[in-house]
Amino acid sequence: MSTEEVKRRIEAGLPGAYVEVRDFTGTGNHFEALIVSDKFAGLTAVQRHQEVYRTLGEAIGDQVHALTLKALTPEQYGQQR
Amino acid sequence: MAEDVVEKIESAIRGNRVMVFMKGTPSFPRCGFSAATVEMLEELGVPFASADVLSDPDLREAIKVYSNWPTIPQVYIDGQFVGGCDIMRELYESGELKTLLQAALTPGQ
Repeated sequence: MSTEEVKRRIEAGLPGAYVEVRDFTGTGNHFEALIVSDKFAGLTAVQRHQEVYRTLGEAIGDQVHALTLKALTPEQYGQQR
Repeated sequence: MAEDVVEKIESAIRGNRVMVFMKGTPSFPRCGFSAATVEMLEELGVPFASADVLSDPDLREAIKVYSNWPTIPQVYIDGQFVGGCDIMRELYESGELKTLLQAALTPGQ
């Protein structure tokens, strides 16, 4: 799967989110993603990751072997920069 | 999900304060994310149990459904699902993992 496709799916599943995706092995199956969404407010880290995994459905474990996630609220993202 | 595999998962989670479902074993991890997770626990010097999902395909599928989490490794502390490698790393770096483990491993609780 291409980084664009991963990005597109996450954006489709989490409307309004800021999404950055990087293929860190160059093989189209190990990705790293930064997702910033106000929908993450009030969610635990586990719940945030579950939200992102949901957007990719069956692709996880199939075309996507690994997905390193950073899921932040806009406030947290602002503090990190 | 077959009942016996769910039972196996629950007894592993209940019977071990720190339980890691991983690819390979702590001495011979078969995936970088599993290796990194085990390394953090070893670094903190806590006892933990592990199950190798690669040697048990039923467990591999069942644990994903059980935790509603599609990837391996998966860590449970005190019966609670804590997350995979990324969350473990965040907790490790913030120092929260140490606190969480100390609370879980304090006798008499």
